[in-house]
Amino acid sequence: MDDLRYMEMPVDQDTKISASNVQIYYGDNQAIKDVNVEIADKTVTAFIGPSGCGKSTFLRCLNRMNDTIDICRVEGTIKIDGDDIYDNAVDPVQLRAKVGMVFQKPNPFPKSIYDNVAYGPKVHGLAKSKADLDVIVEKALRRGAIWDEVKDRLHAPGTGLSGGQQQRLCIARAVATEPEVLLMDEPCSALDPIATAQVEELIDELRQSYSLVIVTHSMQQAARVSQRTAFFHLGNLVEFGDTSQIFTNPQDSRTESYITGRIG
Amino acid sequence: MTDASNAAPLREKKSLLVVDARTKKRNAAEARFKMYGIIAITLGLLFLAVLLTTIISRGTGAFTQTFISVPVELREDKLDKKGNRNLEDIKKVSTFGYNPLLGDALSAVIAEGGFTTEITKSKELRKLLSSSAVGQMRAYVIENTDQIGQTVTFDFFASSRVDGYIKGRVTREDLARDKNLSAEHLDLVDQMIEAGVVRKKFNPSFIFGADASESRPEQAGLGVSMLGSLFMMLVVLFLALPIGVAASIYLEEFAPKNRLTDLIEVNISNLAAVPSIVFGILGLAFFIQFCGGYLGIAAMKASAPLVGGLVLTLMTLPTIIISTRAALKAVPPSIRDAALGVGASKMQTVFHHVLPLAAPGILTGTIIGLAQALGETAPLLLIGMVGYIASNYPDSVLSGFTDPNSAMPAQIFEWAKRADPAFYERAWGGIIILLVFLMTMNIIAILLRRRFERRW
Amino acid sequence: MSGIVLLLIVLGLGALAFILARGKALSSVGGDQRALHSRPHYYGFSASILTIAPAVALMVVWGFGQSTLVQSSVAELIPASAIAEGQTVGLLMGDVQRIANGLDTAVAEGALSSDAAATLSTGADDIRGILGSVGVALGADVDPAILKAAQSYRAMQSSGATLRMIAVIGVALLGLTYGFMQTSATYRARNSVERSMRWTLIAAASVAVFTTLGIVFSVIFNTIEFFQLYPAKDFFLSLTWSPSFGGGSELGVFPLLWGTLYISLIALMVAVPTGLFSAIYLSEYASPKVRAFAKPLLEVLAGIPTIVYGLFALLTVGPLLVNVFGDGGILGVNWMQGGTAVMTAGLVMGIMLIPFVSSLSDDIINAVPQALRDGSLGLGATPSETIRQVVIPAALPGIVGAILLAASRAIGETMIVVLGAGAAARLSMNPFDAMTTVTAKIVSQLTGDADFASPEALVAFALAMTLFVITLGLNVIALGIVRKYREQYE
Repeated sequence: MDDLRYMEMPVDQDTKISASNVQIYYGDNQAIKDVNVEIADKTVTAFIGPSGCGKSTFLRCLNRMNDTIDICRVEGTIKIDGDDIYDNAVDPVQLRAKVGMVFQKPNPFPKSIYDNVAYGPKVHGLAKSKADLDVIVEKALRRGAIWDEVKDRLHAPGTGLSGGQQQRLCIARAVATEPEVLLMDEPCSALDPIATAQVEELIDELRQSYSLVIVTHSMQQAARVSQRTAFFHLGNLVEFGDTSQIFTNPQDSRTESYITGRIG
Repeated sequence: MTDASNAAPLREKKSLLVVDARTKKRNAAEARFKMYGIIAITLGLLFLAVLLTTIISRGTGAFTQTFISVPVELREDKLDKKGNRNLEDIKKVSTFGYNPLLGDALSAVIAEGGFTTEITKSKELRKLLSSSAVGQMRAYVIENTDQIGQTVTFDFFASSRVDGYIKGRVTREDLARDKNLSAEHLDLVDQMIEAGVVRKKFNPSFIFGADASESRPEQAGLGVSMLGSLFMMLVVLFLALPIGVAASIYLEEFAPKNRLTDLIEVNISNLAAVPSIVFGILGLAFFIQFCGGYLGIAAMKASAPLVGGLVLTLMTLPTIIISTRAALKAVPPSIRDAALGVGASKMQTVFHHVLPLAAPGILTGTIIGLAQALGETAPLLLIGMVGYIASNYPDSVLSGFTDPNSAMPAQIFEWAKRADPAFYERAWGGIIILLVFLMTMNIIAILLRRRFERRW
Repeated sequence: MSGIVLLLIVLGLGALAFILARGKALSSVGGDQRALHSRPHYYGFSASILTIAPAVALMVVWGFGQSTLVQSSVAELIPASAIAEGQTVGLLMGDVQRIANGLDTAVAEGALSSDAAATLSTGADDIRGILGSVGVALGADVDPAILKAAQSYRAMQSSGATLRMIAVIGVALLGLTYGFMQTSATYRARNSVERSMRWTLIAAASVAVFTTLGIVFSVIFNTIEFFQLYPAKDFFLSLTWSPSFGGGSELGVFPLLWGTLYISLIALMVAVPTGLFSAIYLSEYASPKVRAFAKPLLEVLAGIPTIVYGLFALLTVGPLLVNVFGDGGILGVNWMQGGTAVMTAGLVMGIMLIPFVSSLSDDIINAVPQALRDGSLGLGATPSETIRQVVIPAALPGIVGAILLAASRAIGETMIVVLGAGAAARLSMNPFDAMTTVTAKIVSQLTGDADFASPEALVAFALAMTLFVITLGLNVIALGIVRKYREQYE
């Protein structure tokens, strides 16, 4: 079963993140069992699987968001551009600037739209002047495909936007820090279908510049937006390969059961 | 296994393994910020430690007292001139009449011990002892008339200056300007300590005894005011608990969402934050002036534990209501649905099912409310429980509620205000006793919560 | 005493009603409980409520009415000539009551026959001696008019009590009869009992409202009386506070407010940073172990009674500060004259408020959704940047509310300032000067030997009103803010 993954590995893509033998424990509970995965640059990789399969946990490990949970322990190595992110010398703050994250529920800060986007560049010191910052904010909002909707009310509170707008604002906020990888944890699960479509479109555009990893409950969404798909089940990475192949010709019986709706 | 080195980045990027200058600076800020938190916590805990050590180091002395044992010949010719042991005649001899006996006895102690001292006058010698000594003798004689004519060894309180000298509070320099005791007395005390006549030992009358007048700190005790506090707590318990529980049941289970309910809710949360002294004003104006004075209800008078209890009840009520409502809220609606489903009325549901399940939480809240009330002082100042010298035990349970009394914290305040520093020691000692009570109550509350805590 | 006897009689009748009604209900269905609308004891309770409740209500109302009636008619008996200079009818009524109660005691203890008590006269009998012998000490000899008034007071009270007894027992019996009559198998006894219980619960819940009303009325009536003796304008605007019990006092509230606010400010300057940083550390950084250890320990500070802090201020912190800032102190600055000072009280009050601020802020910080923290951390912000720029701004309204509540606490705190702040009202900027506060003066004006009707004593009520209004205002604003804040994140 392990072998399958390497057979499907495309050679023409740069590997951005490579994880080997990753084990994640919550206290005595093992949430992720011996996962090996290579995530390519300029690609959307989708993590699918039933609830509680560990896909979100694994995602949060990629920018060390799990550090904030005391009982969480990670073993194995995760490398980004060849640097082991769990090395003692790595500062999670620098790592997270490089690996941005968008969460399940839109979580704009209770500040203005402008301040929401400017927050990241400010803490990382990316802007030399106010004008500089304005440029960064505009660029990020454009990339977040929300500029046209908010350009007239940049100083209105971010919490006043609709759900879909909030989520795109959060994506804009994440790209404002110029990350190289963008992790998305079920970014559309709290949105209505129209907002979901807008965000999915945005994800496709962002693929030009970033390596995206998206956790999703919806297989249709994975099929729509991703090029590569990983299927997690009970903490195991069951299958990893090109999205088209996973959905049309799954190698593992569990993947097939999940895709056809027999488990999940 | 994949080899990560194969996937070398195309672009030149900063390695994650090198922490840049800005991050270093930010991390330093992070460490500083965290340090502020640690300093704040440490400061808080330090204050607590200082407070507790001060209380203990300055208060434990109050539990021991210096005693002087003196064999006194209870001479018949002084105490019972007629010799017929008639109690009425013996009672006629005032404490004044016992003074010479005491003076002689002290001289005898000095002669027997072979102590050298310049002091010879009976009056001067008696300064070593508490002025309560003669009263103690008289009470003993009235109780044991058959002992007249015998020599009885009494353990008298040493005067507070002598006690202070032994506890290190009073030095010879202090006495230069003190007319109550002189350095010669202390020389004598030194010799008496050597001979074992003067001893410091545990003093139960500090815990169980009555307060004494300003000139006798050595005799003052907390016992009577403790009873005052007890009677107040009984009033609080028997009023605040039922009223509080009834009010919470109404608000949590029955109250419709309307103006009146809102008014009550706002009132309760505000009352919880009204300064306690204002409740004292209420007690003075309503219970004492209006009920006691205008309506002529005799039990409502100044310094009565009943009035104190009523004031504290009103003060504690919001605390009990708030915790009771939390306890009621914690009972899941499914229990109510189950009871209603088998045909119980709303009232039956609440009293048969919800209330018993919430009882531990209610009890915990009540104990904490009581502990709060026990330590409260400010309102008691205004209803006359300070300044009253609690020197008599109440005669009966009923008069315990209505007879003027003090209360533990009020007694401590009273001692703190008195001029003689010997009372400060007693104030700290009183605090130790008060804190022991509070600690016990809180521990009981915690144990109750642990024992009966339910997770739904 | 007769009140208690009467109450017992009424309760006895209530018990009787219970037995009778329950019996009637059961016998009406031949002992078959199932044929009754309610369980048998509900019939009993229903009848006893009907017996007891109206009777007790009548008792209370009668008590108020009788007192008012007797007081006013006795007051008319006191001739204007008996009212000496500087006295009021109200004060004399106090004497009348004291003598009347003394006579009651004398009769009860057998020192007087009840006839003798009614016919005593000042010329023939030594009233003061008789009352003194039963433990009722009088300040002066008894004025004949007062004695007369006291005797008629007793007469009216006792006939009133007799009438009340008849009326109350009558009402109880009526209730009993009605309750018994309406008992039948189809009578909805449970519903009636539950209705009464519901009213009892409402009454209990209203105690809070009545307490507030009681506070407001106690304060307002006496304040109005005070403003009749002393101009309100001077009270609010005068810059001097110098009460003298001989008269000619200046009773300006301003110096007291200044002392109160100054001490509260220092207290908040100690408590807010310490409490806030403790809360931040405990909720954002501390490991569960540290939290489980430090949080309850900090809360111990909140459980310590204020008298302990007062003593700590007076006997430990005050002398310590004098050793540092006083004459010949470590710093050699001689800023501080005595142990009691604004700084002493402020510091100790600050310590007292630390757990108050920290546990309130802790709750509020914990209410900030984790999603916001994740959002910030996910962007690469450090925890402290997250706290300062996201968590605290989000929690700000709640924290402001908590600080206002702490301020209200500080302003209303009594024991620490009574013991630690000093007694002299002073308008000074030096924090090492002794100053006094509103609460401390309420205590000193009401516990002194002042005549209760003098402006020097009554001013305490005006001070209490000032205090009540200020703290109430702060509380309402603070609780409003906190409530709104909670709703925002629910």
